[in-house]
Amino acid sequence: MVRSGPAARILGVIAAAFVAGTALSDPTPERQSQLQYLLLQDCGSCHGLTLKGGLGPALTPVALAGKSPEMLRTVILHGRPGTPMPPWQPFITAAEADWLVARLLEGSYAR
Amino acid sequence: MRASALLLVAVLAGCASLEYRGTGDLGIVVERASGSVLVVDTTARTQIATVNGLGDLSHASAVYSRDGRYAYVFGRDGGLTKVDLLRTRIDKRVVQAGNAIGGAISQDGRLIAVSNYQPGGVKVFDAESLDLLADIPSAYGNGATRSKVVGLVDAPGQRFVFSLFDAGEIWVAEMRDPKRPLLRKFTNVGKQPYDGTVTPDGRYYMAGLFGEDGLALLDLWQLEKGVRKVVPGYGRGEQKLPVYKMPHMDNWAMAGDTTFVPAVGRHEVLLIDQRRWEEAGRVAVAGQPVFVVARPDGRQLWVNFAPPHNDTVQVIDTVTRQIVKTLKPGKGVLHMEFTPRGENLWLSVRDDNRVAVYDTETLETVATLPAQHPSGIFFTARANRIGL
Repeated sequence: MVRSGPAARILGVIAAAFVAGTALSDPTPERQSQLQYLLLQDCGSCHGLTLKGGLGPALTPVALAGKSPEMLRTVILHGRPGTPMPPWQPFITAAEADWLVARLLEGSYAR
Repeated sequence: MRASALLLVAVLAGCASLEYRGTGDLGIVVERASGSVLVVDTTARTQIATVNGLGDLSHASAVYSRDGRYAYVFGRDGGLTKVDLLRTRIDKRVVQAGNAIGGAISQDGRLIAVSNYQPGGVKVFDAESLDLLADIPSAYGNGATRSKVVGLVDAPGQRFVFSLFDAGEIWVAEMRDPKRPLLRKFTNVGKQPYDGTVTPDGRYYMAGLFGEDGLALLDLWQLEKGVRKVVPGYGRGEQKLPVYKMPHMDNWAMAGDTTFVPAVGRHEVLLIDQRRWEEAGRVAVAGQPVFVVARPDGRQLWVNFAPPHNDTVQVIDTVTRQIVKTLKPGKGVLHMEFTPRGENLWLSVRDDNRVAVYDTETLETVATLPAQHPSGIFFTARANRIGL
């Protein structure tokens, strides 16, 4: 069954905007470059500068395939107990985590 | 006769880098983002050359041939690169795994071992040719899974010692027959050993534990005594602080009978009495320590930190156990290396694209070198030190 009501269409528009990285809640361009730097340098300490993994798992689109954005946001913000993954909530907001997750899933920074 | 003399003159004129010189005051600085290393001179405090083409150096370390001429650089992408410091170029390079963390050179200088995350294990190469000699998969449990391997060091007796992060094991590989390693495995050494180091005399191997408070200690003179837990429960059950960069145990930091290690999840340096292997105190510091390095004479410790405190370095006097100075070299202080006798310390400041050289008595900067996102700094004095 394909739902095509107004609500679904609005959701679709929001989702499309989200994927394209143009959602209203997007970080400012300056903040985006800070987040990119954090991703490559600080996340990269464990996940690799190319995001192909290290002590932590790879964060490439292939490696993340099938994982929900909500779960990924939760891991970024709250860490994974029992592993070295720390909570990043002191440094980034939920919206910023969402933005990072979108970039990871589209492979913007994986090299 | 005359022709050969002319040829010699021509060769010397054409290759300035081949003029006779030792390498004892040379070293490398890893430029992590560009896959290159700087060859540096610690006497002139200058850069001699840039060597490109070393692959992904987002995590990298190096050991030296015993003649101090070649640096073996271990890159994140599994690359093992042999760099000629005199010709300032790559001598040989192999990509030996998908994801690597570090390596070691054997007691006799003939073997290079690399510790790998993916596929997990240790590979051993001929130091001259970089031909593969032995493959030691880090299979554990029922044998279906391989652990990431960390804390690989050399030890006397032509041995390599390393830790299995996922398995919680320490393995000793005796390499007298390079193609047939003799393995001794120690299981249940503690949860998530994250790095390891060996005493300068090669007797004790110590692995820091991430998954629990304490360290795993192995007496390499008495393997039959097994691995013992040192300073267990140093966190006293308190909630751990988040760790935004894994601590490292590059070289064993000691002064007299005291060993100094980063506490994990605590903003402290731990002191361990080596006579009884018990806690001998702790020093509160600015953040989560990453490297705790001792000046060669043991009088000072220099400590750098995980984000968000990675713009800070603290110097601790090992006699008074007080912080004598808090330095702010710049954002992203990633590594520190003393000159062979400790009059200077070089440190890399990643975000400022420079290496700063400090006088360790005045604690002032005496030189600055440009470098692209510098990380690890490794001097040739490591060539003749056990475990480095």
